Amino acid sequence: MAYVREERGWARLILITVSFLFVALMLILPLAQVLSKAFEHGIKPFWEAVSDEYSVKAARLSALTAILAVLLNTFFGIAAAWAITRFAFRGKGFLITIIDIPFAVSPVIAGLVFVMTFGRLGWAYPFLQEHDLKIIFATPGLVLATIFVTLPFVAREIIPVLAARGTDEEEAAVLMGAGLWRTFWKVTLPHIRWALLYGIILCSARAMGEFGAVSVVSGHLRGKTNTLPLHIEILFREYHTLQSFSVATILVIVAILILIARHVVERVGRKEAEYYVR
Amino acid sequence: MRAKKSKTLPGFGISLGVTMSYVSFIVLIPMFSLALESADLGPRGFWRLATDSRTLAAIRVSFLCSLAAALINTVFGLILAWTIVRYRFPFRRLIDGLIELPFALPTAVAGISLTVLTADKGWVGYPFALLGIKLAYAKIGIIIAITFVTIPFVARAVQPVLERLSPDLEEAGLLLGAGRARIFLKIILPEIFPALLTGFSLAFARGLGEYGSVIFIAGNKPFSTEIVPLIIMSKLEQFNYDQATAVAILTLVASFAIMFAVNRIQTRAALFAGEK
Repeated sequence: MAYVREERGWARLILITVSFLFVALMLILPLAQVLSKAFEHGIKPFWEAVSDEYSVKAARLSALTAILAVLLNTFFGIAAAWAITRFAFRGKGFLITIIDIPFAVSPVIAGLVFVMTFGRLGWAYPFLQEHDLKIIFATPGLVLATIFVTLPFVAREIIPVLAARGTDEEEAAVLMGAGLWRTFWKVTLPHIRWALLYGIILCSARAMGEFGAVSVVSGHLRGKTNTLPLHIEILFREYHTLQSFSVATILVIVAILILIARHVVERVGRKEAEYYVR
Repeated sequence: MRAKKSKTLPGFGISLGVTMSYVSFIVLIPMFSLALESADLGPRGFWRLATDSRTLAAIRVSFLCSLAAALINTVFGLILAWTIVRYRFPFRRLIDGLIELPFALPTAVAGISLTVLTADKGWVGYPFALLGIKLAYAKIGIIIAITFVTIPFVARAVQPVLERLSPDLEEAGLLLGAGRARIFLKIILPEIFPALLTGFSLAFARGLGEYGSVIFIAGNKPFSTEIVPLIIMSKLEQFNYDQATAVAILTLVASFAIMFAVNRIQTRAALFAGEK
């Protein structure tokens, strides 16, 4: 512990009370609200809403887009981190800025840029028409928008870890005859695995829950381009409150699992880092 | 691109190649398409579309509500970070973990939940309704939603700085006879100020762009509870691509300015930390 003496007295009491009240009011109450609405009339209506044909389809589409986005962004994150931390090249600062762009852009605009590229007014539209391809108001659009929004997560987690660790071990491996793949797999990956996993968890959380960007490119075709968050929106707007909150419960459970996974990965990663320092 | 390669490590070509193609396809080309579309409008057309009275009203709402939410979170984020780092009490770990909830919970879920909670018949909305105060479908509702979504920013920015803060300075202050308040204002606050400012700016920027959690609770009345991202969305739904683009470009410029400012704050803070 860095701090030697913990102060006692009224300041401590007030600050802890304020923290508890804030967390209870702003974080726990909204969660409780979701569960209480979902199970208002017991477990049966909840189950009916969750196992409804459209809910299942939406869940499947959500899972598909999230898995694709996470896979591609993980692959990209590793490549970007390798290029940025292992080599010197001109325009590196610019590249790092570009990777950060999706964090600064409103989700609605993230969807809009794809509409402007592949939508009816987009310059790529004639080409798509010719080859009978559909991106906007179809699954590829959802995947693209999700990838855009979650692009920085993995890269940003592993770049600092790779940068902090020198290249000595990797150079040794290469000099002893290991190829790129083997060097990465045997030398680099063991050091970055927790940061990588952490990035993947953050990326999955955002990918599952993305709403604004996906909403712009989806066109809300029920059963076709409806992800879980969009499905929740439609149900809520149609005053199917119970169904809407039932589906939301699934996402609450996913969110809590993600929080727990995050916590575990963070702790294990930190312990391992301390072990290496010693 | 002229490059100085690492002497022995392989994979420069392939890793940079993959990175550049990916970034171009996902970020640069789509962003460029948006810029291309706005170039067609011309500066005057752009300005006319981006600043019509309804959009201006939405900018005002977005700006004020994000600002209010960022300020609320600056106060409570600091308190949360402080109690978690400085005190030991039951459920400390739970509070620490729950702070991240808004990043893990889909914004649409937060949106519908907060709406029901703060509606006139909701658990929180009811007592306020008795007093004649409307929470949901009013600006307060927008502030509540943005506050929820941006809770982690300030707390998470300040926490590591507080953890690293060396106790020497505080002890020196204490020995010299400074009171708790004075120690906080003169010793601790200057140290955590850059982190506080970074968290505030990130929360503010996120608030400006936030869509999912706000649209349910806002009521979306033009000139009163309509936010900028919703303007973009509704222009798109009316196939008014020109105006959607113009408003989007204006928002982008604001977001990039904030991002740039945050980078400056962080570089300067790192510089100061390095000097010690």
